[in-house]
Amino acid sequence: MNDPMWFDNPAITQQMLPATIETLLMTLWSTGLAVLIGLPLGIWLFTSSKGGLKARPVLYRVLSIIVDITRSIPFIILIIALIPFARFVVGSALGWQATVVSLTIGAIPFYARLVENSLREVSEGKVEAALMMGASNGQVVRQVYVPEAKPGLIGAATVTSVTLVSYTAMAGAVGGGGLGALAISYGYQRYQADTMIACIIVLVLIVTLIQFIGDRIARAVDHR
Amino acid sequence: MIELRSLRKVFGDTVALEEIDLSVPAGEIHGIVGRSGAGKSTLIRCLTGLERPSSGTVSIDEVDITDQSGSGLREARRSIGMVFQHVNLLDSRTALHNVAHPLQIAGVSKSERLAKARELLEIVGLGDRADNYPAQLSGGQKQRVGIARALAAEPKVLLCDEPTSALDATTTDQILGLIRSLRDRLGITVLIITHEMSVIREICDSVTLLADGRVAKTGKLAEVISEPGSTLAKDLVPLPPIGLDDKGTAEGSESGAVRLVEVSLAGTSLPDVLTRAQSVGVGADAILAGAVETIEGRQVGRIRFTVGSAAASKELITALEADGIYAEVAA
Repeated sequence: MNDPMWFDNPAITQQMLPATIETLLMTLWSTGLAVLIGLPLGIWLFTSSKGGLKARPVLYRVLSIIVDITRSIPFIILIIALIPFARFVVGSALGWQATVVSLTIGAIPFYARLVENSLREVSEGKVEAALMMGASNGQVVRQVYVPEAKPGLIGAATVTSVTLVSYTAMAGAVGGGGLGALAISYGYQRYQADTMIACIIVLVLIVTLIQFIGDRIARAVDHR
Repeated sequence: MIELRSLRKVFGDTVALEEIDLSVPAGEIHGIVGRSGAGKSTLIRCLTGLERPSSGTVSIDEVDITDQSGSGLREARRSIGMVFQHVNLLDSRTALHNVAHPLQIAGVSKSERLAKARELLEIVGLGDRADNYPAQLSGGQKQRVGIARALAAEPKVLLCDEPTSALDATTTDQILGLIRSLRDRLGITVLIITHEMSVIREICDSVTLLADGRVAKTGKLAEVISEPGSTLAKDLVPLPPIGLDDKGTAEGSESGAVRLVEVSLAGTSLPDVLTRAQSVGVGADAILAGAVETIEGRQVGRIRFTVGSAAASKELITALEADGIYAEVAA
């Protein structure tokens, strides 16, 4: 058995690049959508919690339970459970676009919880000062909570994004595309150790790059 | 300008404030002192509508803020500028944008509010720091920005909650000087809540002592401070710590040989007291300690003499009292 290895292996030379692009697309889209939906949800969670701007204990309990249930379902099961929904949204249960739907839904509660915790870090004195200036609750959220918590919110988005990279790999197991699918179908099922290692190296590079960019942005907006 | 009428605040079974009546005329700097737990924080929260009093009224410039809520309350709050102990500037905004924040909340256009903020930063002496973030400013500078911010919406009342408690002595003097000059310049009414007697002595026109949720004493500073024998007066002009044991009580209290006589400088002056004491044979060398301040052109304070015997102390007290000078045997 003398299969072509490394740069002679078509799985690497021909499929690596499109798989990497798919992984990046999945990660970026799902991070973007999760932030877009998770941020307001996190704010809603936070403001309705005890001691929040508009404490509504019952609503908070309900939201909290929904978030925790979603977060505790293993992601691989969540993907399978969401196949009909993904098909409804993007017209197909296969391919990276379908995976984005599951990834986003899995990441929203994760990011929302991180948002809630970041907002909790904002000192009460700043909020009281704004209220004393006659600010409405909406103004306090937009002008105090969100800008003051920005470094934390960006850090949370970075963590979410890194988590999503590993989720995309998992999604590869059920026809999700990307580097995960490549690693499983060639690296694992066809015993191509070189393909497996190449996929892992690229994934590590992607995670490192996301972390680097996230840290840079967080530092740039942090004036503390 | 500020009127409190039989204000009362109860938390469960605890009475935090009881029968608080207070009236501060426009343009005056009024101090509220009291130990922690005396009700100062509750009072300030009632004044700002962050806490609703159990009964009684709080009015600022004839507007009763106790029956406001929602947008009415938000509107009323804009007539109060608030200065905090921990300043509470937003770290995400430059000094300029922090000062402009109250105007942004009030919906003033960007160019207008930034122009106003720039002008206020000039007034507090930080014109060159407009683009600095709070993290780049010293404690005193932050408090100046805090004061400029409190003034941005042109409030009628400046409410200062322990404005200098986190600052060192020199910076405290600068901040108090700034508050006074702003009052003189803008005619704003100032209410300062503090536990520091020096702050009261430094800039207040009138003072209220809060104890156990009640008004223990209130009045013009000069009157309160010169009231003979009052504890607030003693707190306001404290005597330096004296080692009594080596000279006074240790031998004195047993044999009655040495007595301390404390003289209040009310309605009199230091030379008068000294002359009178001299007449009964108590010279300036008998002064053990003294604290004298000049408030509104009058000397106030206290002096402690050591005298040889109970008879001599009685003689001194009688002599001083004949001149209307208050004196007592010190505890």
